[in-house]
Amino acid sequence: MSSKLRILVPVKRVIDFAIKPRINKAQTGVETKGVKFSINPFCDIALEESIRIKEKDPNSVEKIHAVSIGSAKAKDVLRVALAKGADSSTLIDVGDQEVEPLQVAKMLKQVVEKENSNLVILGKQAIDDDSNQTGQMLAGLLNWPQATNASKVVIEGDSVSVTREVDGGADTLKAQLPMIITTDLRLNEPRYASLPNIMKAKKKPLETLKSSDLGVEIESRLETLKVEEPPARSAGIKVETVDQLVEKLKELKAI
Amino acid sequence: MSIVARRFFSGTRVKLDTLALLEGTNGKPTPASLSTIAAAIEIGKPITALILGSNADSIAAEVAKTKGVDNVLISKDSKYDHLLAEEVTPLIKQIIQGDGSNYTHFLTPNSSVGKSVLPRLGALLDVQPISEVIKVIDVDTFMRPIYAGNALATVKSKDSIILASIRASAFAPIEETTGQAVTIEEVSQSSESGSRTEFVSEELISSERPELGSATRVVAGGRGLKNKETFEKLIEPLASKLNAAIGASRAAVDSGFCDNSLQVGQTGKIVAPDLYIAVGISGAIQHLAGMKDAKTIVAINKDSEAAIFNVADVGLVGDLNEIVPELIEKL
Repeated sequence: MSSKLRILVPVKRVIDFAIKPRINKAQTGVETKGVKFSINPFCDIALEESIRIKEKDPNSVEKIHAVSIGSAKAKDVLRVALAKGADSSTLIDVGDQEVEPLQVAKMLKQVVEKENSNLVILGKQAIDDDSNQTGQMLAGLLNWPQATNASKVVIEGDSVSVTREVDGGADTLKAQLPMIITTDLRLNEPRYASLPNIMKAKKKPLETLKSSDLGVEIESRLETLKVEEPPARSAGIKVETVDQLVEKLKELKAI
Repeated sequence: MSIVARRFFSGTRVKLDTLALLEGTNGKPTPASLSTIAAAIEIGKPITALILGSNADSIAAEVAKTKGVDNVLISKDSKYDHLLAEEVTPLIKQIIQGDGSNYTHFLTPNSSVGKSVLPRLGALLDVQPISEVIKVIDVDTFMRPIYAGNALATVKSKDSIILASIRASAFAPIEETTGQAVTIEEVSQSSESGSRTEFVSEELISSERPELGSATRVVAGGRGLKNKETFEKLIEPLASKLNAAIGASRAAVDSGFCDNSLQVGQTGKIVAPDLYIAVGISGAIQHLAGMKDAKTIVAINKDSEAAIFNVADVGLVGDLNEIVPELIEKL
């Protein structure tokens, strides 16, 4: 007997992908004051996939629950998720503290158990820390199957088949629910939230918890000693003709 | 092939330190695996290579001769053939926590396998892994890029065992051999993983060209090529002429000009070839993240304001439909 899907979608609030981050003066991190933040693009894709699963077969999905871990400002990305089609949401308010993927995964495990989720769809990586870890860690903690870098997801009852982008091409895995899927860029094209839906989202449930409510103590295993600019490339030259280009490449011993 | 000993996780194990999960194709370790050995050498502890799957034998025989490798462990069980994280991580956990074992570091290449396996293992061991190390500063301190390579973070691990993936393009692959092979030992899992994940099929893009991640020259095409036909007509002959791998921007991949696996950038492949020729690529930060460590960057673009010219050593503004054929002819 196939069970209904209770999808959990973790979403992260990150500096907008189009903005070039600046290192702060103390070299401890990236300047966040006055910078535009948005939903992490891969989380947006995860959310879109969940909504499409529900739209395709509304009876198969019991709920889509969005969760974010961060400061109170992360409510914004949860409202976006609700406006796009999530049914309910949880903010785990950790203030301005940065939380490493291991602790995020531990908190998500608690949320999975609380929401009785049987499918978690996450972005493959957050574009700020670029870790690409949380989904796999959550799968490890829950001992669930994992399919990373999904470019296609097909659900038939309790059986989920996922085509993944891997080095050199693609492969397809099959697993039974419950499972963890992380999304690649090519899985889908996320929708925009319409104004009426943004208004309606304000009435949808958004519960706020503390990490202590979940019994997870936030500790950093990695100490960031320094954050610095990558070495700048020295200015190049522009040439006028292909001949000059070839000549220059010979000069640089590149050919 | 050297002597194959069998190991039974007894208390007789010798002291070992860095464990590295390596991958192979066609009976040879992948270039990314050889880069991982290079990073392990910089950590400075004895290195044990772990190779899994039905064809582990031939890859292990090669690895056993590689400079820096002190021990080689293999498991030829076919359940490891696709290196699924669900199967592989319980075995690695068992090796790391085995009686008398003394691993302080565990490394993987930052390949799709490494990215899938390393964090799951981290969860099983309650360790926070370090993704995509580009520099070994100390035994517990490493540098890694964040924000699409726009910042470099130096992090120090407080965990008792350090788990890290290695960005292949940041460490030159170890190709030197010692001339003498170390002993290869077999390991096996003491219990079933209980995994419910099944490998169905794969579609790998076969190519005569050098592999993108390790090629010394890369020719990459972007949106400016307009369509698949132009991409094939211009990029392929240029790549052939230079014996280069083909890469692409996200725009080119999304528009169907070429396969996804050729994408260079923050979410695609990270390359650092000697020569990178960007044709019709504007140079979004996500693309630059994947190639700005190339030794020489050439940009061919009709838009003189394109961001790619800020990182290019040599830029040529003009119509790629005229420039590229002329370039092919004159190389």
